[in-house]
Amino acid sequence: MSNQTPHVGLFIPCYVDQFYPNVGIASLELLEKLGCKVSYPQSQTCCGQPLANSGYERDTIGSSEHFIKTFGDFDYVVAPSGSCIMHVKEHFPPEFHDQNSYKELQGKVYELTEFITDVLKAEIKGKFPHRIGYHSSCHGLRGLRLGASTELNISPFNKAKQLLQGLDGLDWVELTRKDECCGFGGTFAVSEEALSVQMGKDRLADHLEKNVEILTGGDMSCIMHLQGISSRNKQPLKFMHIAEILNQAIQ
Amino acid sequence: MSHPSKAAEFLKDQAKSHWHDETLWFVRDKRDKISKSIPEWENLRTLASGLKDYVLNNLDSLLLDFEANAKKNGIHVHWAVDAEEHNQIVHSILEKHDCKAIVKSKSILTEECHLNPYLEKRGIEVVDTDLGERIVQFLQQPPSHIVLPAIHLKKADISKIFHEKLQTEKGNEDPTYLTHAARLHLREKFLKAKVAITGVNFGVAETGEFVVCTNEGNADMGVHLADVHIACMGIEKIIPRRKDLGVFLRLLARSATGQPITNYNSHFRSPEPGKEIHIVLLDNGRTRQLARDKFKNSLKCIRCGACMNTCPIYRRSGGYSYGSTVPGPIGSILSPGIDVKKYSTLPFASTLCGSCSDVCPVKINIHEQLYEWRQEITKANPDLAKGMSMKMASGIFTSPLAYKISGSLMRKSLKALPKSIIYNPLNVWGKERDLPNPPKESFKEWYKKNRP
Amino acid sequence: MSSRDQIIQAIQKVKPDNQTLPEIPEFRVPEDLLATFILSIEGNKGQVVSKEDFSSWLKEKGYSKILSNSDRLEVSNLQILPSDPHELAELELAILDGQWASAENGAIWLDDTQLRLRAIPFITEHLVITIPESNILGNMHQAYDKIGAAHSSFGVFIAGPSKTADIEQSLVIGAHGAKSLTVVIV
Repeated sequence: MSNQTPHVGLFIPCYVDQFYPNVGIASLELLEKLGCKVSYPQSQTCCGQPLANSGYERDTIGSSEHFIKTFGDFDYVVAPSGSCIMHVKEHFPPEFHDQNSYKELQGKVYELTEFITDVLKAEIKGKFPHRIGYHSSCHGLRGLRLGASTELNISPFNKAKQLLQGLDGLDWVELTRKDECCGFGGTFAVSEEALSVQMGKDRLADHLEKNVEILTGGDMSCIMHLQGISSRNKQPLKFMHIAEILNQAIQ
Repeated sequence: MSHPSKAAEFLKDQAKSHWHDETLWFVRDKRDKISKSIPEWENLRTLASGLKDYVLNNLDSLLLDFEANAKKNGIHVHWAVDAEEHNQIVHSILEKHDCKAIVKSKSILTEECHLNPYLEKRGIEVVDTDLGERIVQFLQQPPSHIVLPAIHLKKADISKIFHEKLQTEKGNEDPTYLTHAARLHLREKFLKAKVAITGVNFGVAETGEFVVCTNEGNADMGVHLADVHIACMGIEKIIPRRKDLGVFLRLLARSATGQPITNYNSHFRSPEPGKEIHIVLLDNGRTRQLARDKFKNSLKCIRCGACMNTCPIYRRSGGYSYGSTVPGPIGSILSPGIDVKKYSTLPFASTLCGSCSDVCPVKINIHEQLYEWRQEITKANPDLAKGMSMKMASGIFTSPLAYKISGSLMRKSLKALPKSIIYNPLNVWGKERDLPNPPKESFKEWYKKNRP
Repeated sequence: MSSRDQIIQAIQKVKPDNQTLPEIPEFRVPEDLLATFILSIEGNKGQVVSKEDFSSWLKEKGYSKILSNSDRLEVSNLQILPSDPHELAELELAILDGQWASAENGAIWLDDTQLRLRAIPFITEHLVITIPESNILGNMHQAYDKIGAAHSSFGVFIAGPSKTADIEQSLVIGAHGAKSLTVVIV
């Protein structure tokens, strides 16, 4: 990183903006505490992922162009969502005119935890005396490779764990199925409702069996789904985005 | 019936679907453990993928080499453009030998061609000899998994059908007892059969030989006792050299069941004196798939089934929920190539979690192809597209999308997602899930106030 | 146009530029080949015995219908090799000489020269395969290097007794082929 304070464009996914403003606030404050100059361009919109994953990538030319216009001038673009970042990195439609500026964008978009570990190379010191179950969201894990997936025979790593384990008192729980999908899957959550809910229940059971106190992760969409099931079934689990934990704990 | 409704049906029997999930997870877990005992595992995957790329790019010359070498070795080589021709060829060989009963070892390809009903209609008794396949054959079902054909059945189901068909003791559910009863029953069939049919795991262009892998030994029992061996092979099963088998055999069983290798790996190069070997090379849509740039590498598949075992959808919805010969993730990228309308819901039966691509021993980018098929299907099938947008509309995205897709930005998108996105009253999301509590202000509103 | 030409033409129509065939590098092999081989065979539910232990094992089993193609083991009271494999339906024990073995997975290579009748290792109730310790190789790549040039009309890697897990994933030994595999190190 250069000596100049980098200018970070904060990309807040639409559902986070609407339902989880605290996650946006935590991301913003955390990056500021880590010495970044952060701006939230207010003209930003949904990145187009829900459409693209439903088979309408071709209809996201407008939103893709708008995204590049909105974020093109920043040194970095950071979002508290592996899923949306993966979409921005990989799925802007090929019909899209300005492939050069897209390439440039692809080189500077980061999911929040990878931005902290790989670009800022920061360690976070602080205290968070709680028993934590981490939900590895698939797009972050296997799309952005924020950790080693259990299928691969490579050295284990996990960027979120790397950050969380710096916190005093944090009790990291190893799950039985470390990185199984929670069943959210965007449109899948409603088009395959029965399966989606069953997958969510199974994920929650793994956390509950291990007496997890707070379930966290890097994607609010998965957490929204898990929290929705957990709350309907009155389960004793709390839910926080990893940005909220880090921002609360950081000294 | 679509995948979602069949999946919901499967999930109704909670105990059984939970068992199905756990059992297949156990197989995946074995795969994980054994793959991690091979330090060069990821290199092998890359190598296998590279070899298969070479195969797909040189399929014409490799097939012609294979044919020439096989003929030199005294093997009869036949070519079939589709299932119908494949079945006709097989039937004509049987007719020539006046054969009324055959034994067949596991072959997904003959399932794909619906060979059994074709032959049965012509008065030929077909006996599937793989234990799992025999079980589902007794029940008049197709296999629900390409490696574990009867994985959807409990031992009580098997005990019942064996009691009926093989006169085993009523209520005896001991797997060893049942397996040995099948052994005796099938041995009789093996000893009588004049023609045996097998699939092919690998055809070697360099030598004209082909390799068949089994754990039970049923393929070998069949062919070595019969006078005629018919091997049915998809054209994509070619590999260039004999030594390439070293790469594939190291990956196949470890990926499939977590074993270091299948028990019997038989290399057929020439018939035994006085006997015949026939190979039927089948296209049946494979060259069409080869012409599709985004999807052609689905033809690298070596049919290990690892993507099924790892798929959180497959494990919880069962093989039949897919309604295709090859179920699971790989089936969901192969089947739309055969019939894009019939199999239109399959690429959506996924969260795109990517586990399938990470277990695949030949590195097929399965989940990326699922995504690409979605793009094709919404073009080819507007009805489904409408359904999907309705579903989307009823989901959690309603509010943010309605809020965010405004002004001039995504009018095009709005055409694809009609008014329903804003007005649809259904709320599928909320059936078993609470909605998040709406906060008093959005992040944007907070930002305006706090970072003016 | 014949089906053959139709298929080949369809392939040629979409054939991309040439691509080189990947070479297979050498991979590291286990240090103690015999120990690894024994573990592999046992993992495959077979057993490994020494030549000395073999005689007492055979006596203890008391098989009466034995067929041997082995040049490495002395066994008496053998059946004569029939010309029709169906006559082997009641065979209790077959003894065959293996050519090469791969330690990483226990696979043992046999071909027509040892088998004489291809059905033998499958139709027999129990199977014995001999292998000289010096013919145990590290992995499948080394095994194919050794057998690569040989023109076998039929060859097979056998790694264990016949098995299945098709009923609720419970492992059962003895599906259709041999119910046991005993490997004799010579």
